[in-house]
Amino acid sequence: MDATAFPALAPALPEIILAVGALALVLVGAVMGDRSTRLVNALALALLAAAGVAVTIAPDAVTFSGGFVLDGFARFMKIVALIGAFAALLLSFDYMERLKFARFEYAILVVLATLGMMLMISAHDLIALYLGLELQSLALYVIAAINRDDVRSTEAGLKYFVLGALSSGMLLYGASLVYGSTGAVGFADIAEALKSGEASLGLIFGVVFLISGFAFKVSAVPFHMWTPDVYEGAPTPITAFFASATKVAAMAMFVRVIMEAFPSVTTEWRQVVVFVALASMALGSFAAIGQTNLKRLMAYSSIGHMGYALVGLAAGTPEGVRGVMIYLAIYVAMTLGAFACIVSMRLKDGSYVESISDLAGLSRAKPAMAFVLAMILFSLAGIPPLAGFFAKFYVFYAAVNAGLYPLAIAGFVLSVVGAFYYLRIVKIIYFDEPTVAFEPMTLGARAVLTVAGGFTLLYFVYPGPLTAAASAAARSLF
Amino acid sequence: MAIGLGHYLTVAAILFTLGVLGIFLNRKNVIVILMSVELILLAVNINLVAFSTHIGDLKGQVFALFVLTVAAAEAAIGLAILVVYFRNRGTIAVEDINRMKG
Repeated sequence: MDATAFPALAPALPEIILAVGALALVLVGAVMGDRSTRLVNALALALLAAAGVAVTIAPDAVTFSGGFVLDGFARFMKIVALIGAFAALLLSFDYMERLKFARFEYAILVVLATLGMMLMISAHDLIALYLGLELQSLALYVIAAINRDDVRSTEAGLKYFVLGALSSGMLLYGASLVYGSTGAVGFADIAEALKSGEASLGLIFGVVFLISGFAFKVSAVPFHMWTPDVYEGAPTPITAFFASATKVAAMAMFVRVIMEAFPSVTTEWRQVVVFVALASMALGSFAAIGQTNLKRLMAYSSIGHMGYALVGLAAGTPEGVRGVMIYLAIYVAMTLGAFACIVSMRLKDGSYVESISDLAGLSRAKPAMAFVLAMILFSLAGIPPLAGFFAKFYVFYAAVNAGLYPLAIAGFVLSVVGAFYYLRIVKIIYFDEPTVAFEPMTLGARAVLTVAGGFTLLYFVYPGPLTAAASAAARSLF
Repeated sequence: MAIGLGHYLTVAAILFTLGVLGIFLNRKNVIVILMSVELILLAVNINLVAFSTHIGDLKGQVFALFVLTVAAAEAAIGLAILVVYFRNRGTIAVEDINRMKG
């Protein structure tokens, strides 16, 4: 291919919309100052929606000298990530105004982080992957610390930065070793180079370092230690963003690299992924039991859920990838619903509470919200016929078909253990005496909760479209 | 003795290990952590350039240039967050970053 030829831009249409749009929003903000916050917020939502439309109409292709790809898998993941970003923005506005840190930069940073996620999902060589990852991470470090007068928010930003930088370093070191042993940075070229001959020691080290870097980004054990602190410290809607869109992008990048670049060293990476999945499921189930803060609990919950999603990746089959995709889509819906409730725990004096005991007696004060939250918690626990059950079903089904019986059985047992802490919250909501009264939900939170709750509750009625879309998309990786 | 690929990789591996140890063992100051992060990234750059020359392929050097650029942005953001944190707490000692226990 001629390296000087102008690349085809159409497949990157959503990214171009977000990039140009973010720059235009910076201009609007710079000219109008803080008065522009509401305008910028609305325009950012419009940008994300426009990018979502563009994802569906952009043509499938590999472009930018093999550095960028748009295929069914990327399309599916991008839509899910965009939904996560859109919902997190909807939850943010009222929260930030009440806590008096509403700034126009916030929405722009969310758009930039989303742009980074889209690039991660579409990356087709190690350089593009690293650039997308850093664009996302650098924006996320800043929005974790966006409430700059709050000690907890800045501490969350600092911790996220230090551990995120470390993980990027490990990922890069792995990338350099992979480049050294294959002489290629493109995923297809790496796979091509690995077809012949034994995997060298340098390559194995490289793959292990790469997986460690990915495990950091999806917050899988043993690289999960930043998650509870960052989730607790960051402002709640931003935690919702971290728990939804960010996880989707990181997992998509994980799956694509493993599936596209390293199909010929399956035995090597499978051991690592199986260990990471098992450890994450176990920690997510046991460590969450003693938590009193809802956001910390959601952090452990997300660690556990990433473990379940990784079970699908460990299978390494089209079925497994389909399982991961369905899992992520359903996980994002459940997480956003749960965070819509946490954001709505606000008191008359304008402050927010976030401990589990504050939910006591919610069923009497707000029966509708209590019911939907309880259903989402049941779904997170994986109880049929809610969506969370099907998510686990698809990944375990793939694991069993790939012959990973011990992993599937361990996952099943651990999900029963994990159900305990979700059910404890339901008990507090329905049977304990109320202590505090919450303000009514905002329009944004209500919209997010309605859509997320509706999806979680009614997924089993009509699961066809999501499953079919994920099956078709998963095949594009093989 | 001729200096070969192995020597460069050894230096890079030592730098990388020093960087990781610097992050985990350091009990004093967050600035030291930022320096350790830079060490890690420079170790990666040495790796990339050494491999690039060894294989006779330019992609590694292009990669190294991108890493340098991103490292600069990363340091800027890290220091900015550190300044904001210092304004709130009046300290940047590692052992004081403990408002949330994890």
